[in-house]
Amino acid sequence: MSNDKYILQAEGILKSYRMGAAELKVLKGVDFAIEKGEFVAIIGASGSGKSTLLHLLGALDKPDEGVVKFEGKEINWANGKELNRFRNKMVGFVFQFYHLLDELNVQENVYLPAMVSKSVLGWFSGSMVAKNRAKKLLCQLGLDERIGHKPYQLSGGERQRVAIARALMNEPKLLLADEPTGNLDSATGNGILEVFENLNRTGQTIVMVTHDEHIAARAGRIITLADGKVSSS
Amino acid sequence: MYKILLASRYLIKRRISYLAFLAVALCVFIVIVVMTVMIGLVSDFKEKNHSFAGDCVVGTDSLVGFAYYADFADEVAKLDFVESTSTVINTYGLINRSGTDVSRGVQIFGIDPKSHSLATGFGRTVHYHKDDISKVFVPAYDTNLPGCVLGIDMAMIRDLRGKYQFGQMPFNTKFSISCFPLTAKGALAKAGAGEINTKTFSYSDVSQSGLARIDSSLIYIPFEQAQLLCGMGGVDKRASRIHIKFKSDVRLGTGTNKVGALWRDYMRKNKDKAKANLFETVTVQTWKEHRRSFVAAMEKEQTVLTVMFSLVGITTVFIIFVVFYMIICHKSKDIGILKSIGVSNSGIIGLFSSFAVFLASLGSCMGVFGGWLFLRKINSIEDWLFARFGFQMWDRSIYAIGDIPNQIELRTVLVIIISAFAACLVGAIVPAWQGAKLRPVESLQVNQL
Ligand SMILES: Nc1ncnc2c1ncn2[C@@H]1O[C@H](COP(=O)(O)OP(=O)(O)OP(=O)(O)O)[C@@H](O)[C@H]1O
Ligand SMILES: [Mg+2]
Repeated sequence: MSNDKYILQAEGILKSYRMGAAELKVLKGVDFAIEKGEFVAIIGASGSGKSTLLHLLGALDKPDEGVVKFEGKEINWANGKELNRFRNKMVGFVFQFYHLLDELNVQENVYLPAMVSKSVLGWFSGSMVAKNRAKKLLCQLGLDERIGHKPYQLSGGERQRVAIARALMNEPKLLLADEPTGNLDSATGNGILEVFENLNRTGQTIVMVTHDEHIAARAGRIITLADGKVSSS
Repeated sequence: MYKILLASRYLIKRRISYLAFLAVALCVFIVIVVMTVMIGLVSDFKEKNHSFAGDCVVGTDSLVGFAYYADFADEVAKLDFVESTSTVINTYGLINRSGTDVSRGVQIFGIDPKSHSLATGFGRTVHYHKDDISKVFVPAYDTNLPGCVLGIDMAMIRDLRGKYQFGQMPFNTKFSISCFPLTAKGALAKAGAGEINTKTFSYSDVSQSGLARIDSSLIYIPFEQAQLLCGMGGVDKRASRIHIKFKSDVRLGTGTNKVGALWRDYMRKNKDKAKANLFETVTVQTWKEHRRSFVAAMEKEQTVLTVMFSLVGITTVFIIFVVFYMIICHKSKDIGILKSIGVSNSGIIGLFSSFAVFLASLGSCMGVFGGWLFLRKINSIEDWLFARFGFQMWDRSIYAIGDIPNQIELRTVLVIIISAFAACLVGAIVPAWQGAKLRPVESLQVNQL
């Protein structure tokens, strides 16, 4: 199945959480593949394991069993350097709960991923480019007024958009977004979806988690998660 | 770069960083002050004992003394590593201030003031004859009488602030000193009513060694007078001790061993002389051995104090550790975020160690500076407290300490700073490592390590 046309493949993914003696099996063998340039929505009931699955796809967590392949190559948890490069360059992750750094302002939060991959000298030469890109992304997401604010000064929806800008900062091959419109009114949510659709049109692969079927309908394909397995795709 | 950015933000934006900074500064400050004062007190006490005894002492505790000392003193003086020697009579007697009928026991040192102040720190302890020590036994009044130098606490009383009030000249008083002269065999030299030798001396100076026992019970009189008083004169004159000062580059042990060898040689050569039996009680000792009954007690106390202050030190180091540990534990979410955007484990540790190093440097600079300032002013502060509230840290009439020691030792400061840095770093690295080795999602979920 390792074919050039797939950017992401999940094969036989098992994940369970141990709580004392009890074991909560969240994912019980998830298989699917995502092609380059696809816009996929993962839907499922609350607690069905959508976030868990997305974390596994973004190499933020390790499956108990099964493999995640990126561009045909298995994510190697033993190679820290490769893993960090993958998280920094290959995927952009939008968390359900934003996860911004409180001590940095909006713009700094957005260009942080660019900063991480650069040395002090590299940053001195490249910082203008990065700062401008951060600004541009924030404008696209309607946050031009908020560039110098601190995350705690923003509303939930605004924070979510900052998180999206951060995920896009390093032009990742794959964008993973957990409920990117969950905290937005339908107009703003619609705006985000338009941004996603535009990105998708330029070839960006997007995997988006949502529990809202209307939003999912905007994606090119829907994967439904139920009872720890993919029930339809 | 992100490390510098974030570390400086953590430093500036978080109030707990200021608290941590204060904690480090305070800990460094306290340990520096405590250690400096403690080390100062101990080394001051040792230095005073060293100054009192010279480097090496050849002599006997027997009140009979030993004979043929002069030739040996000459031989010692000829050694190339010896700077000077002083022969001393040590005996005990009664002192009676003329015009009163109270007598008290005293220790009596018969010395030649000039050579004694070359071999020991005696010259620095007198008050009126600092400039011309050879005249220390020349009294201001009754110049026909020999002079005597009293331990300062026998002649003066400290005021409440612990200071002595010196007059222009020693006041006009005479003392009569009585000894029981002993023969070379240790028997009383005279029998019957005249068994005591008494002589009158005119008070000519005081000696302040800083050692309470010495200053309250020792008087100095001219060597020959002492020799006569205690019966060590006559044929085969006797003396009690030879105090020796080595040249400055001579190691104490080496010098003392060489003097010891010379002494054994000397004993062998003179073993057939009439009073050679007196050699048996003579020992050759370093000043530490000679004063061990005092120094050892102090060293014991020092050990106890060191243990206690190590506990204080360990506690402060632990406090610093805990402060950092707590700060970083609360940053587990940040660790998760950073890891999710590709920061390496070493990057996480680097970030938090630079934060710790920032704080440690600022804190210890502040602590050292504060300690230095406080110690520089400690004596004025104590004076002020006393003037204002009548509070004195220690009673100057009991402790023969003029000032609270405040000489900061570079070594102490270095040890303290290094410990503070180590505590900050360990306190930062341990939780940073715990957070870094988790998967990003795990550290995001726990919220606190
Ligand atoms: N660290 C954990 N320890 C124990 N159980 C966990 C842990 N993380 C998630 N779970 C459980 O796994 C299940 C799936 O969680 P997940 O967050 O993936 O759900 P979700 O589909 O994203 O739900 P929602 O739509 O509400 O965000 C839930 O029942 C949750 O309680
Ligand atoms: Mg979720």
